[in-house]
Amino acid sequence: MGAMAELLSVRGLTVDFLTDGGAAQVLDGINLDVGPGEVVGLVGESGCGKTTLARAILGILPAGPARIRGGEVRFKDADLLRADPAVVNDRVRGRAITFIPQDPSTSFSPVFPVETQIMDLMKWKSPRSTGQGPSSTLSRYPRERHRADREAVLETLRAVQIPEPARALKRLPHEFSGGQRQRLMIAMALLPRPDLIIADEPTTSLDVTIQAQILRLLRELVKERGVSVLFTTHDLGTAHEICDRVVVMYAGQEMEAAPAEAFFGRPAHPYTRRLLASVPTGTGELRDIPGEVPSLVDPPSGCRFHPRCDYATAECRAGRPAPRALTRDHGVRCHHPVDGPNA
Amino acid sequence: MSVSPTPLLELVDLARHFPVRNAFGRRTGWIRAVDGVSLTVWPGETLGLVGESGCGKSTLGKTVMGVHAPTAGDIRFAGREIGRLARRERRAIAKDLQYVYQDPGASLDPRWKVLHSLHEPLKIHTRLSRAERDEQVRAILAAVGLPGAHLDLYPHELSGGQQRRVGLARILTLRPRMVILDEPTSGLDVSVQASVLKLFRSLQDSFALTYVFISHDLAVVRAMCARIAVMYLGRIVELGETAAVFEAPRHPYTRSLLAAVPRIGGRRVTLDFVLEGEPPNPRDVPSGCRFRTRCPLVQDVCAREEPALREVEGGLVACHFA
Repeated sequence: MGAMAELLSVRGLTVDFLTDGGAAQVLDGINLDVGPGEVVGLVGESGCGKTTLARAILGILPAGPARIRGGEVRFKDADLLRADPAVVNDRVRGRAITFIPQDPSTSFSPVFPVETQIMDLMKWKSPRSTGQGPSSTLSRYPRERHRADREAVLETLRAVQIPEPARALKRLPHEFSGGQRQRLMIAMALLPRPDLIIADEPTTSLDVTIQAQILRLLRELVKERGVSVLFTTHDLGTAHEICDRVVVMYAGQEMEAAPAEAFFGRPAHPYTRRLLASVPTGTGELRDIPGEVPSLVDPPSGCRFHPRCDYATAECRAGRPAPRALTRDHGVRCHHPVDGPNA
Repeated sequence: MSVSPTPLLELVDLARHFPVRNAFGRRTGWIRAVDGVSLTVWPGETLGLVGESGCGKSTLGKTVMGVHAPTAGDIRFAGREIGRLARRERRAIAKDLQYVYQDPGASLDPRWKVLHSLHEPLKIHTRLSRAERDEQVRAILAAVGLPGAHLDLYPHELSGGQQRRVGLARILTLRPRMVILDEPTSGLDVSVQASVLKLFRSLQDSFALTYVFISHDLAVVRAMCARIAVMYLGRIVELGETAAVFEAPRHPYTRSLLAAVPRIGGRRVTLDFVLEGEPPNPRDVPSGCRFRTRCPLVQDVCAREEPALREVEGGLVACHFA
């Protein structure tokens, strides 16, 4: 799906989590592509595996319970799952791929001024450093680079519209509002000049007027700088606001991937159609999806949506549908894709 | 929904202020969380209360419930002032007025079977016999869409959605007249949200409930409420029929709030969104109109005079320029 040379390309990624009740099959052969400069939304309901997928790409799955069963995560010609961890740590994580968390208040230390925390990041991950960070926590931060980095920090804070950046740096995280903290997080994700930002529900905890400001700001900044974004969200409205392309997941399987217009206008997967139909509209009509999300310890065979699907046949129970391209960039994994606008 | 002429709930200039204290316990100011709110809720209706975090909508709900004592103003429930009742008298009201937190399922006792949890409110508030209680409990359980066999289960044996239904059943066993729903769908996925909202609707029909629906989610409020009140920094800035408010919002804050809601399939709203800044600290409310620091229409008069809530074409608006 997607013909352009991809920046990130996940193929057949399968991840289990060991739980008390058995192995939960959290990701089941996921394919996902992110092109250069593209904002891709990863949408789905809680527990569908979108955060696990984001973490697997970053290489920060919890080491205890998570087991990668197969697949690859190709990022600029390297398979991150098989590359030398030291190299990934040095060159990729926090540098070529950065992260914006859901809750900025728990991502700052409450006891240090923001400046200390941002300059710590820059000491290790500044684009001006030589590729290898300082060899230990004790090694010094070259004065020249410190000065240049601090300039870059001030400039980026201005770009995310933090008023009086030099004074703001002296403050503690709790002196900022939630919206301001999320602006700081965006600044920190941009500072290493990444190729890809993974944003995990970055506006979920914000009020709607602040969310609108942040989404606009984020989209403007990444488009200006040509940075790709993988944006996970459970909120379809948010995805509509920011994404060029949307991928929808259900119970650990990706179901459909399409450009935003086709995704919202002519969704082909029965799950996508029902999900979009369940968003409340002005008419006051409410349409839910009957049934419940399955257990991932003992998931349904084949397409995991089949027990709740109106179109399900024996074929759907027998095996997971292979990816099928409806148009050049609209792909669906369904034996019975539906044509036409969503009723 | 039949609307009879006596209001079920009437708030008159209701205020709830919280003292702000420094490290030595000295009062250094007030947070005026609810500051002079008047509104009326009619029997059988669903009134939506919307606003962003910190606007005082939850404090308002909790003050009505008696969780907070009002600083000033009246709360009249079914014609009776209930804001200053003694604890014992207040308890008698609790049967008629119930509060639903974000996740009613989370307030079930994990060591009790569903049966026990559902009988408890009836034991405390009524004198029904065991058989009568049992009959009522079964009827309510069926109304929230659960089979009778679930009475013998513990909360951990139920799914999250079923726990939520039991939590609702527990509130309904007392047959309240009014239920205050405080962010009842926040944190839910849309497909689950739709089924929870459907359940609220069907329960309203079967038990003739009146709802106050507190939410920050405008799409949900639009789907559920016939009338809405919009709050900003402790005050109601606009109140009216939902359809009218959504079609032609009159207060500049309401306009910004509605403009920020994504419309799937339409033009991206963030492209045209102009409201800047964030709400001021409720400890330090601006003089005059509270929205003036962010308002695109601001004039000198806005800093001098706080606009009163006045009638404009059938709705109420607190703006000098509405």
